Amino acid sequence: MTVGYARRYAPLVTMPPSAAPALADVTASDAALRRFLHGLPGVDAVGLDARAAALGTRSIKTTAKAYAIDLAISMIDLTTLEGADTAGKVRSLCAKGRHPDPSDRTAPSPAAVCVYPDMVPVAREALAGSGVLVASVATAFPAGRAPLEVKLADVRAAVAAGADEIDMVIDRGAFLSGRYLKVFEEIAAVRENCARVGGGAARLKVIFENGELATYDNVRRASWLAMLAGADFIKTSTGKVAVNATPSNTLVMLEAVRDFRDATGHQIGVKPAGGIRTTKDALTYLVMVNETLGDDWLSPHWFRFGASGLLNDLLMQRQKLSSGRYSGPDYVTVD
Amino acid sequence: MSTDRLSVLKTYKLYMGGKFPRSESGRVYEVTDSKGNWLANAPRSSRKDARNAVVAARKAFGGWSGATAYNRGQVLYRVAEMLEGRRDQFTAEVAAAEGLSRAKAAAQVDAAVDRWVWYAGWSDKIAQVAGGANPVAGPYFNLSTPEPTGVVAVIAPAGSSLLGLVSVVAPVIVTGNTAVVVADEFAPLPALSLAEVLATSDVPGGVVNVLSGSAAEVGAPLAAHRDVNAVDLAGAAGDTGLATELEVAAADNLKRVLRPAATDWAADPGTGRMLAFLETKTVWHPTGGLGAAGSSY
Repeated sequence: MTVGYARRYAPLVTMPPSAAPALADVTASDAALRRFLHGLPGVDAVGLDARAAALGTRSIKTTAKAYAIDLAISMIDLTTLEGADTAGKVRSLCAKGRHPDPSDRTAPSPAAVCVYPDMVPVAREALAGSGVLVASVATAFPAGRAPLEVKLADVRAAVAAGADEIDMVIDRGAFLSGRYLKVFEEIAAVRENCARVGGGAARLKVIFENGELATYDNVRRASWLAMLAGADFIKTSTGKVAVNATPSNTLVMLEAVRDFRDATGHQIGVKPAGGIRTTKDALTYLVMVNETLGDDWLSPHWFRFGASGLLNDLLMQRQKLSSGRYSGPDYVTVD
Repeated sequence: MSTDRLSVLKTYKLYMGGKFPRSESGRVYEVTDSKGNWLANAPRSSRKDARNAVVAARKAFGGWSGATAYNRGQVLYRVAEMLEGRRDQFTAEVAAAEGLSRAKAAAQVDAAVDRWVWYAGWSDKIAQVAGGANPVAGPYFNLSTPEPTGVVAVIAPAGSSLLGLVSVVAPVIVTGNTAVVVADEFAPLPALSLAEVLATSDVPGGVVNVLSGSAAEVGAPLAAHRDVNAVDLAGAAGDTGLATELEVAAADNLKRVLRPAATDWAADPGTGRMLAFLETKTVWHPTGGLGAAGSSY
């Protein structure tokens, strides 16, 4: 449905440098953008919830489970985003990123460690040579309520300090009041500021805060808006509000990503964050990715979990699979 | 007309984390009285039920072990009050389960309530008996205090469906441990009813979790579970094969093990079962410059 709609628009448009040329016209003016976003097909909420629930009932066992657990571990953005974060805490989290299970060196490392911008140098140093990336939230995370210059300075500082990935938040106030072009331009500006001095750029993850967007239709619109503006990843939430990633709102985003690639040829990553605590939750998301997007997205380059507690549960399940005995929190590191 | 009334059969369920779930496996088995007459269906727990019970017990441990001894004692007294209020129900269940006359079953229930009260009284006294000040050759206070060991898996004794059960559960929880109890496979109904008593007393959910089913099936994952700190193998007395298997599994991460032994549940229990599940913490506290400055200590 969405694909058809996007294709209809495709001949009309030119895109910002990062995105495909197919849809550029829809961002030519506030009115055109609104027309496009409101023209996206509505989400069947009941059907969506039923589909997400049905995918959550799959039983993953034995070798498939072992594979899925290791894949899920490698997809984690190990996160600490507290006002009380210290350099010591970030370093211990990075140590955990290097060797998640000190008693079993075959356990894979998570994809990245995610911290506040001022902690990027600490994480960068602690992770040097490990292959674990450093992600930094920016743009006045989590509220995003700061002037644009401040947000961009925040991004530049994080990139200059060595962040490989930037997690920005959108201006939900502007989005909800219908000023889509403002949100679009802000994302595009942040993207420009992700460029590194010596060439290359940090990958940009765009956080919607689904819990504040109120409807699945809004989640779908925000997904398309961010992808049009040049996001490399779309991310559900900050983890700071009551409703974070749910299977349903993540499924909307997975479908948007699928349709966007069909329309433009550009592949975008997805990152559910917040509220994913157990191995069972993580496997549910992997099943959704596989069923909705297929193999292409089953890699840490295209799918991430924003979580901290999840890693311990995955490690305990991993220990259970290798030893046959139920493990406990005494056998994983406290982060 | 009242003779035409159909009695309402009771569906017994597990007790886990303050809730009454069915077995994750969906299985039940027939419970009969001592003469083989059908009494009820009880859930047959699986290893996943055991795992879930341990999670519930671990979650409850912080709050329960951190509660004051006085508070724990009050909660346990309250359980005894509730037990007393259900005296007739327990008498009937014990009589059916153990093939006793009504009078003898009533005596068992009375003894069980008394046993519970006796253990409740120990909550704020065990520290004085098991701990205390140690004389040391230096300017220190040296104090030892007993602390609960953590999550204790209890295989309830066979053949004493209420008194035996109370005699193994009460000493575990009175000191602040949390328990996963595997009820006597052939007489689980008093244990499942005790769970209803606990749920309506002030015992926080998860402090006691009751599983029914085969001790061999759920005992093994509990004994091997690395988040269980101790096991009481009372119910494995008389089954040397099972006892050995569980002890070997428990040895893997050096759990405390209370080995099975033939026990007269009516006899004075002593403090042994409480002390078996305590860890001694010893603190050295400087008294100041004893001697040099003429301290008043």
